[in-house]
Amino acid sequence: MRVQTVKELEELRESLKAAQKYEKEIVVSANATCCILKGSKPVVEAFQSELNKLGFTDKVKLRLSGCLGFCEIEPMVIIKPLGVLYQRVSPQDVPEIIKETVCGEKVIERLLYKDPVTKELAKGMAEIPFYKKQKRLLTERHEWIDPTDIRDYISAGGYTALSKALFYKAPDAIIEDVKKAGLRGRGGAGFPTGRKWEACRNAKSPDGVKYIVCNADEGDPGAFMNRSLLESNPHSVIEGMVIGAYAIGATKGFIYVRAEYPLAVKCCRNALEQAREYGLLGNNILGSGFSFDIEIREGAGAFVCGEETALIASIEGKRGMPRSRPPFPAISGLWGRPTNINNVETWANVPLIINNGADWYSKIGTAGSKGTKTFSLVGKINNTGIIEVPFGITLREIIFDIGGGIPGGKKFKAVQTGGPSGGCLTEKHLDIPVDYESLTAAGSIMGSGGMIVMDETTCMVDVARYFMKFLAEESCGKCVPCREGIDRMLDILTDITEGRGKESDIALLEELGEVIKEGSLCGLGRTAPNPVLSTIRYFRDEYIAHTRDKKCPAGVCKALITFSIDEKKCKSCGKCAKVCPTKAVSGKKKEPYRIDKEKCIKCGLCRDNCKFGAVIVS
Amino acid sequence: MADMVELTIDGIKVRVPKGTTVLEAAKEMGIVIPTLCYHEGLSPYGACRLCLVEIVRGKRSTLDASCTLPASDDMVVLTNSERVKKIRKVILELLLSSCPNSKVLQDMAANMGVTKVRFKIKDRGCILCGLCVRYCKEQMQSGGIGFVGRGTSRKVGTAFEQTPAECRNCNGCEWICPVCMRACRAGQLVEGICGGCLNLAVVETCPICVKCSESVGPEGHTTYRK
Repeated sequence: MRVQTVKELEELRESLKAAQKYEKEIVVSANATCCILKGSKPVVEAFQSELNKLGFTDKVKLRLSGCLGFCEIEPMVIIKPLGVLYQRVSPQDVPEIIKETVCGEKVIERLLYKDPVTKELAKGMAEIPFYKKQKRLLTERHEWIDPTDIRDYISAGGYTALSKALFYKAPDAIIEDVKKAGLRGRGGAGFPTGRKWEACRNAKSPDGVKYIVCNADEGDPGAFMNRSLLESNPHSVIEGMVIGAYAIGATKGFIYVRAEYPLAVKCCRNALEQAREYGLLGNNILGSGFSFDIEIREGAGAFVCGEETALIASIEGKRGMPRSRPPFPAISGLWGRPTNINNVETWANVPLIINNGADWYSKIGTAGSKGTKTFSLVGKINNTGIIEVPFGITLREIIFDIGGGIPGGKKFKAVQTGGPSGGCLTEKHLDIPVDYESLTAAGSIMGSGGMIVMDETTCMVDVARYFMKFLAEESCGKCVPCREGIDRMLDILTDITEGRGKESDIALLEELGEVIKEGSLCGLGRTAPNPVLSTIRYFRDEYIAHTRDKKCPAGVCKALITFSIDEKKCKSCGKCAKVCPTKAVSGKKKEPYRIDKEKCIKCGLCRDNCKFGAVIVS
Repeated sequence: MADMVELTIDGIKVRVPKGTTVLEAAKEMGIVIPTLCYHEGLSPYGACRLCLVEIVRGKRSTLDASCTLPASDDMVVLTNSERVKKIRKVILELLLSSCPNSKVLQDMAANMGVTKVRFKIKDRGCILCGLCVRYCKEQMQSGGIGFVGRGTSRKVGTAFEQTPAECRNCNGCEWICPVCMRACRAGQLVEGICGGCLNLAVVETCPICVKCSESVGPEGHTTYRK
């Protein structure tokens, strides 16, 4: 059905709301990649067959939502209107949930979330510490929305911002609102979105055609915020894009999403079709006379294509290689026309600003950074998942209050923000506010929002080497400092981790890092040395230990460590000998075991399996 | 004239037509900026980064490749500042480490005062300046060769490693190459520097443009070489 006017949209919303009045509702986080991996499909099937068997299908609504953020405890089930949240649900639990909670309104304590520290049971989402400190503006609607169904988005208040923008606001007023709200690009660099839009709006196109692009080429290791958003609420991005296109005067948009995100691609494609069907995209949107359509372009998995000029080349069908700026894409982008490129999350923020006003939006966050930011919290942390927090929150709150601290009682060592272009921050940075300026001042960047937490067993030289290896493969190879420079940095770091490093290598790394930073063509090269430079800055002693003393303090770099058994602690259980793949561990009952250093391949299995902590790494 | 822009290069004010690159403007003034991937007859590419110049904006300054940077009004450019020279030298070191037998690069090293390559030598035989690719496409309208792969595995090649039907055997790719056709294997490399040709003679620096480029040539300045 095609919605022709704003009135029809509101009528549709009312009728959808009325049609969705079920007595009970079961929300299963089932439609995002992370939930599916955690086994949500069998749970959904179990719910469906159980509801069918009991004949509850018209009384109980089964809503298959996208990602609810707390990936650690998925599959999650929320029973409404009680608001009970069950964690790690298996298909065997389903009949009990329906019998006890859906019909009987009784809470099954076994399935509730239990705080690992206080051992308190949390009944609903609001009581779980993971959600308490978050400010979920973009993600809060996820539990109400089945991403495969536009009707859910409309009944949850979707596309109101679009009708408001098209009928009650002039394009200039929208740009003014976005400027006043202080929205900054969420892709990493943090350029003010309103100014970017304005430049593109004021740019002259030879034939009047302008383009907008949604950059969903999320390539940072450990980052999946954009994927999660596209899989859970694709219409918020589409709505933001249509508003942006109207403000800029663009007629065509592209969503550039990587092909490695098949579910996100499918979800976007489906959402675009539905939006077209409802007249929210295409010719004469909502009868306003404004026409705009979006096409999906799949990236072939090159990290550098997240850089805007490389992304433009890739959409045009050329090699994904950056070119020099100026001219900036806002002046001459896709096929030489003015083009505006924003990140997925930036677009999704636009409807919020239009709906709630610039003043409301600019009250959230810090002086320079407004609104909220999603992060993917991964690594050595108890609660992994997607979080949304206001700017200005401290790293300590994110890691210890929301993230639940480091598993296994280990010590926090560093947090890597901003992916391969970012840097490592240490314990002394835990209390700095998370915003664009503070992170940059500390030697890292905001980036697109990957946050990798590391504990004391992580070797910082090895981390730097890992990122350099990633970048050496992902550099497009066009300019010399990036291609050759990163490769030589990787050589030096490999030498250091393999025990061939010299103390003078540290200074050479710093010098080379500066050259790559200053001399490279695009943003990839200009930020590439950050992981190395920031680890040298904050963990110089570890570099010195590797090069001068030939020791790896964290016990990671194989060439620099030896395994031995503490005779006093060894209880002669023989577990280490059993797991050793090379039979390097031997011993008799009641006598401490020994490791044959010739045979030992330093895999660490003995250490991981020793219950008494008797295996020493030095 | 509305179509002219005025900028300052190394302290000298110059007016050039709009659309001129900083490199071209500097060239016009007789200031030599070293280049490798630049060629008058081909589109600018901005890959070798040797032509980096410092753009001063108030108290801050940034580095950018002059071959792709359009000159604009009130731009203040330094072509041979300490910062530029420092970065350029390391970039040349990187280039030498990937192509130590190139005469062009070794001569540049002698001119710029690079006496040692501190990085691991990995002779790739190609600096990926893209001159051949652009020559083939732009001058011959052929497009028989192009880039294959990315990162360190990037190379110049043909589609499916077959001799392309587009190739007219013009040899332009070989002619324009600064590395493979002008490779010299006569000298013994010591720390990546060959020690031949320009290095053997005592090089005195030119008072105008300090150790900048081989393209100055001995005939350019009399004090250049004894």
